[in-house]
Amino acid sequence: MAEYRLRTPLSDEDVERLRVGDIVYISGTLVTARDEAHKKVLELLEKGEKPPIDLRGLALYHCGPVAVRRPDGTWEIRAAGPTTSMRMESVEAEFIEKTGIKMVIGKGGMGPRTAEAMKKYKAVYAVFTGGAGALAANAIKRVIDVFWLDELGIPEALWVFEVQDFGPLVITIDTTGRNYYEERMNEVKKNAEKIIEELLKKPIP
Amino acid sequence: MSVSRELLVNLFYTMAKTAATRIPVDVYDTLRKAREAEDNPLARAQLDAILKDIEIACRTSRPICQDTGTPYLFIELGDEFPLRSGVIEAAAEGIRRATREGYLRPNAVDPVYARNSGDNTGRYVPWVHVDLVPGDKLHVHLLMKGGGSEAPTTLVMSTPLKGWENLKKAVVEAIARAGPLPCPPLVVGVAVAAGGDMAVSLAKRALLRPIGVRNEDPRLAKFEEELLDALNKLGVGPHGFGGRTSVLDVKFDYAHRHPATFAIGIVTNCWAVRRVEAEVTSSGEARILSKHLLPEEGGGCRPGVPSIEG
Repeated sequence: MAEYRLRTPLSDEDVERLRVGDIVYISGTLVTARDEAHKKVLELLEKGEKPPIDLRGLALYHCGPVAVRRPDGTWEIRAAGPTTSMRMESVEAEFIEKTGIKMVIGKGGMGPRTAEAMKKYKAVYAVFTGGAGALAANAIKRVIDVFWLDELGIPEALWVFEVQDFGPLVITIDTTGRNYYEERMNEVKKNAEKIIEELLKKPIP
Repeated sequence: MSVSRELLVNLFYTMAKTAATRIPVDVYDTLRKAREAEDNPLARAQLDAILKDIEIACRTSRPICQDTGTPYLFIELGDEFPLRSGVIEAAAEGIRRATREGYLRPNAVDPVYARNSGDNTGRYVPWVHVDLVPGDKLHVHLLMKGGGSEAPTTLVMSTPLKGWENLKKAVVEAIARAGPLPCPPLVVGVAVAAGGDMAVSLAKRALLRPIGVRNEDPRLAKFEEELLDALNKLGVGPHGFGGRTSVLDVKFDYAHRHPATFAIGIVTNCWAVRRVEAEVTSSGEARILSKHLLPEEGGGCRPGVPSIEG
């Protein structure tokens, strides 16, 4: 496992050298989107319209932050850890294809459709430590913009963050199509069978 | 002195803020031990990030996790305590205030009208469980329960003859199947009861018992340890990166069952356990009982009992 420090916009070459298990710290522009924001971006593109920000080469973050508006109207991001990425599995492949994002950051991993799109369109999936909301907020230098706030509310809005050394991010899907969590979960499943067998030999309480 | 609404609002505000920003000491110590014992580098990196996050949250009074959870109140209400519904109203107000001040993310979403209430209260929220007990005290636990770690929640309606066998299988399978999704290392609550709702509810309440505090019944204490050891052989590890620690503890509880049923409830909490315990006497003395990691002058963190903020 190697360690990298990258800056957005990311190129194909930037992400192609990353491998499962590598650790990355990213600086530049991070855009958040959860379920609703994914849906809205794809609806706009479907209608031939543009999303509020050009996403090419950027990193997409599955996150709903704790945000507080300061008296001067600017935002303070108080906590911003990742949300469960699997909820976006049904739309992420299309999102990668149509927006040109190069990195998806979240927690818990993603499925085969996303892994396939990442191989085809050159993108990677990275895990930020689930729950580490204060650590994440520490790396967010400022809020560049926020869209759809009134309509979707704070957690679901599309936030644009400027980040500095955001991480540690662990690559779990790379551009070769390897999916770390799939491999890991197969092992866990095998372990579970053995463990159950041993537990059943023990007396009941 | 008597019990005023203001006192209770301040107490619940402090509890909500404490839950969100200051980890219970038993959880912190267990995570640190897990870090020391870990030799898998990816798992260690996750535990390092978790410990760093906890310390930043403590020093800066920021939420440990951006999902600050759904509020659950577990109340033991003494017969001579002067307030009843006023307790719950004050709790809701304390939670609203903690939300306004940015300690809690607004998490209460109306599923029918698709609207976030914006203040963490709403229909049946906070979710309240009350036990009526003798005495003059109000004893209360606030659990801010994260959404991600609801993923492994399991209810199995077993036949009694296969009850314990099915329980063992269901616990291991729930944690294995959930993998990284509920943010392991987890605390696991397991319960047996007559009805399905009873089993899941008791399993959730079992999460309140501090890590390392074993069941009072020696048989069940041994059973909890067996399940703990078994689950830590799964290799899920911190955030699914393998290693020694998939769960921090297992807690078991039960109710008398029906002759025809053996309901098994399984509930988990992510590593970011947000629970606070407090007590109020009928003469209006309120104090927090649980120990948390608190900020220290000079920038460090120390274990201690939070004082109630005005």
